[in-house]
Amino acid sequence: MMVSLSDPMAPRPFRVQGVRKETYDTFTLELDPPHSAADGFSFAPGQFNMVYVPGVGEVPISISGDPGKPQTLIHTVRSVGTATQKMCARGSGVVLGIRGPFGSSWPVEEAVGNDVVIVCGGIGLAPLRPALYYIMAHREKYGRVVLLYGARTPEDLLYKLELPKWRGQFDLQVEVTVDSVTNGSWRGNVGVVTTLIPPARFDADSTVAMVCGPEVMMRFTLLELERRGVPAENIFISMERNMKCAVGFCGHCQFGPTFICKDGPVFRYDQIQPIFATREI
Amino acid sequence: MAAESLERILGEHPFFGGMEEPYLQLFVDCASNVRFNAGDMIFREGEEANTFYLIRHGKVALETSAPERGSVVIGTLSEGDVLGWSWLVAPYKWRFDARAMDAVRAIALDGRCLRGRSEEDHDLGYELMKRCAQVMERRLQAARLQLLDVYGGGVSSKR
Amino acid sequence: MRKSSQTEPAVLERDQLQWLLQALINKGYRVLGPTVRDRAVVYDDVTSLSDLPVGWTDEQDGGTYRLKKRADGALFGYASGPTAAKEFLHPSDVRLWRAKAGNGFQMEEGPEGSPKLAFIGVRSCDLHAIAVQDKVFLDGKYGDPIYKARREDAFIVAVNCGQAGGTCFCVSMNTGPKATSGFDLALTEVLEDGRHYFVVEVGTRLGAKVLDQVPHKAASAKEKAAAERIVAKTAGQMGRTMDTKGIKELLYRNYENSRWEDVAKRCLTCGNCTLVCPTCFCTTVEDVTDLTGEHVERWRKLDSCFTMDFSYIHGGSVRSSTRARYRQWMTHKLATWLDQFGTSGCVGCGRCITWCPVAIDITEEAGAIRQSEKS
Repeated sequence: MMVSLSDPMAPRPFRVQGVRKETYDTFTLELDPPHSAADGFSFAPGQFNMVYVPGVGEVPISISGDPGKPQTLIHTVRSVGTATQKMCARGSGVVLGIRGPFGSSWPVEEAVGNDVVIVCGGIGLAPLRPALYYIMAHREKYGRVVLLYGARTPEDLLYKLELPKWRGQFDLQVEVTVDSVTNGSWRGNVGVVTTLIPPARFDADSTVAMVCGPEVMMRFTLLELERRGVPAENIFISMERNMKCAVGFCGHCQFGPTFICKDGPVFRYDQIQPIFATREI
Repeated sequence: MAAESLERILGEHPFFGGMEEPYLQLFVDCASNVRFNAGDMIFREGEEANTFYLIRHGKVALETSAPERGSVVIGTLSEGDVLGWSWLVAPYKWRFDARAMDAVRAIALDGRCLRGRSEEDHDLGYELMKRCAQVMERRLQAARLQLLDVYGGGVSSKR
Repeated sequence: MRKSSQTEPAVLERDQLQWLLQALINKGYRVLGPTVRDRAVVYDDVTSLSDLPVGWTDEQDGGTYRLKKRADGALFGYASGPTAAKEFLHPSDVRLWRAKAGNGFQMEEGPEGSPKLAFIGVRSCDLHAIAVQDKVFLDGKYGDPIYKARREDAFIVAVNCGQAGGTCFCVSMNTGPKATSGFDLALTEVLEDGRHYFVVEVGTRLGAKVLDQVPHKAASAKEKAAAERIVAKTAGQMGRTMDTKGIKELLYRNYENSRWEDVAKRCLTCGNCTLVCPTCFCTTVEDVTDLTGEHVERWRKLDSCFTMDFSYIHGGSVRSSTRARYRQWMTHKLATWLDQFGTSGCVGCGRCITWCPVAIDITEEAGAIRQSEKS
């Protein structure tokens, strides 16, 4: 019994046309959609694909490109396991299988008229970058926009060429911090990303916050946002769990009553608050 | 800046917030405006801790010196942060260096004077202790989160 | 859902049932029914009545399953075996696709056909289990084409239980013992006054058409009453009960109940319960290749939430303790399933109780949690 070519379990071939090294173990892949996809690859910020390395394996990876530029599909990948290692090592010209886009998206439309605070840690900036692109492309619709980004060390920062460009924009507050410095040339903040929240310039009463990063970092971030007075129904987080099918059948990504592949990965915090606080769920 | 402005600034800051007269006036009497240029050492590790600061503008790096690494920044503070709590906790010596990273404007408070007054007036002492404990709690939480090393990976990772 | 037909119940003598099997075989069905193998009743191909568990019954209790010879020659005199329709509608190993890799990536055309299936001997609990899986695989945003293809053409001959199993609680779950929907034909086996016959209820027009191929009589009032009496007696013999009132909220309130530690001391995380449960559907995906790397395949395999792999991310399992994994299974089955699919995941078949090597009883665990709130 096999599935048809258009089945959501069937990958489509995308050719890697560029690989950019972001850090020691993280790479940004630029992929060309197949010729049959005249309109490129459309997606909403926050969604993910299942990326297949033929003969090796398939993993869920957030889409990190600009939703306004669907001609190229962009994935920032951390090389940690068999599939991702091959993905990053094979270089340009290889063909990867893509299934998607799947999942819920950041509330970029609901946030219109509000201040926006984006808090991310580590590779958590990758799934938020599309939201930032969208917001900056429609900048006049939002109030203040703040990006707070934390990484382990200065060498682990993603998008090193873009960060100063974003910081240079007068209509965007960008604060970057690192947990520790390894050599003396870093002139920025040192400390965890949560320390950037109290002084950030936004109006807690009318702010939409979007948070992504390791779960511990998100937990502490939520506490700080709460301290600032941002209500839980205005905070959105992106969750992660083991995923095999991405279409709600394999059961692996269950998080309480939700399936992260279809009810998430982006959740409104108040809707999952009790599950989020439960250990080993 | 006039004394009334100092009173307003201190009164609005969360560290002094909720303090009643005559304590607020006491703080105003113990406060003064200070400036540091980029690179200035605000205090050094081991020195007597007699002054603490409310940062109004600019960034301050907390540093320590390690022989093979030179000066290492272990944390940075910026506007709104309280710099220094060792002035209220024995043996009243600074644990780290503090260096102005850029032009820093701050309100300096005479910690030694407040310490002395607290010995006489325990109500004042308790109010100050409560507030310092909060500053320390937040620093401790942040330090623990730093230690957890949640991001993993990186050049210096052991993996 | 196929509309149920207006046809009156019919009666088939014991031997005439063979004609029903034959009619299905003639129509091109692969007929699957209960057979005795390895000292258990398992679903397999049947072509003749002698393939069925004639004269066998089962004795079931927590962690206990034995086949025993009956005093009579009932064809369906057992309650339930470890397997059900799930084995065939949601097969444990399926190739999803095959492709050529190397330079580029080309998938081979699918789908392949599969023979249409006819099930005979499906109990009411299992009919509900099929309906539960229908909701999982057919109702969502994405459908499962493999389940759909097998399910669409499946012909179901249900059997109303003549006796309850030792661990049954279909009455508590409102899933039996009388089959009320989801079948093409439903049989009630009657052995009384020297006679051995089946009262046949028609569920669908297709069922009526198949029945027309088989010589039969209309059931008399006495025969219909006999069938009803048998089913009513079964309803009173349930081996277990489960209070389902507010059970979803009960479990949502009790994620930190100490009972989970208690059951974790006993649970081996062997996953037997997930294998025998007719509604458990979790699978995993396996990508395989030949040595050249040019011929690749993707397979779907049955999985269990009790494995450490199941919730593995970033170098560790989210649910690494036994406590967390048992809690996941039971709260999914009785609580979160309701929010996900609108029904309970449990149909009261009792298989998880019977086949658990340490006799963990889902009704007892739910009861203990409910009781802990009262004290």
